[in-house]
Amino acid sequence: MTIIVTTSGPELDSPVDPRFGRAAYFLVVDPVSSDYKAHPNPALDAAGGAGTQAAQFASSQGVEAVVSGAFGPNAFQALEAAGIVMSLLGPAWLTRSGALRCALP
Amino acid sequence: MVDSLRGSSLRIAVASGKGGTGKTTIAASLALSLAAAGSPPLFLDCDVEAPNAHLILHPNLGRREDVAILIPRVDEAACTHCGRCAEVCQYHAIAVLGKRVMVFPPLCHGCGSCREQCPEHVISETPSVIGVLEAGPARAGIAFARGVLNIGEPMAGPVIRRLKQWAKPEAGQPVILDAPPGTSCPVVESIRRTDFLLLVTEPTPFGLHDLKLAVEVSRELGLPVGIVINRDGVGNAGVEDYCRAENLPILLHIPYERAIAEATARGRSLLDVHPELETRFQAVFEMIVDAVGARA
Repeated sequence: MTIIVTTSGPELDSPVDPRFGRAAYFLVVDPVSSDYKAHPNPALDAAGGAGTQAAQFASSQGVEAVVSGAFGPNAFQALEAAGIVMSLLGPAWLTRSGALRCALP
Repeated sequence: MVDSLRGSSLRIAVASGKGGTGKTTIAASLALSLAAAGSPPLFLDCDVEAPNAHLILHPNLGRREDVAILIPRVDEAACTHCGRCAEVCQYHAIAVLGKRVMVFPPLCHGCGSCREQCPEHVISETPSVIGVLEAGPARAGIAFARGVLNIGEPMAGPVIRRLKQWAKPEAGQPVILDAPPGTSCPVVESIRRTDFLLLVTEPTPFGLHDLKLAVEVSRELGLPVGIVINRDGVGNAGVEDYCRAENLPILLHIPYERAIAEATARGRSLLDVHPELETRFQAVFEMIVDAVGARA
């Protein structure tokens, strides 16, 4: 099983990016082994449709869940249709660097 | 004055960058001044998200036509979910998620690329009404037309584009286009394929900041520009200094006066307060005709 966590940098220690569609990076993480791969968000500077593009990326990666600080209405609909679980992180975790690392084994 | 146009209708766009500088006040005054000189123009209110020129020009809007864009509809039973449609959509309005295809109408520009590119030919299109065009005669013989974007619809561009095709000037009739504020797509759509850009600004740091952006857009489009300074007397000399440094002609100053604001708030024009400005606006039009003629 893999999940996507939106991050503001390409490392496990990078803070979680609070926005899904406009996140700087998508970290595809295996929460059991802590293996991960960072993908820069191709839609970061898109004029519109960043959420639908990000949801398609998540779907193409075959992840079961995505973790972020917020999901826009288009991303929400698309992720729901794709059957991907959405998890919201609270503000206290969003500002904390290393939050992701300490959640992994 | 129409002689110098050689029968072709001159299209003058009025824009500003900053909102609330007086675009509509200036555009309406120019239109009324041309009408008074015996050459009533076609006036297009292109600010389809918040049209307001009717408050000054008082048109009788008898002609109406809906504006629709074509939204894709996918026959999911026949779809192979190859993802080609999502790949070609530069607005990301169509998404292929595993065995599901989703269309996001608010993101769709109705370009038809997905239907065109679908290898299985399972995409059809259905019209979706996003706004309306309205036209009719206004004050002083001015031909008036405007677009109105429906509430909740995000895309002004297609309504503006359609308005410019729909409302045609008569031979030799000048066209005045009242553009929306800002410098983004709706402004570009309004001012493209015009002959001259009249930029209305105010002598404040905010006015100057957005004037610079608007001038950059005009250069990108290769449009000649003239400046109108409204609310002259407030702020500082920043706008004048900038225009001098950039060689931008200042065609008119409108004073900062409470009486003008009061008249406008009552649906009257600037010329109702300052009738003497009529000849000044006519002179501005002649300067524009000369400037456009010199380039041709």
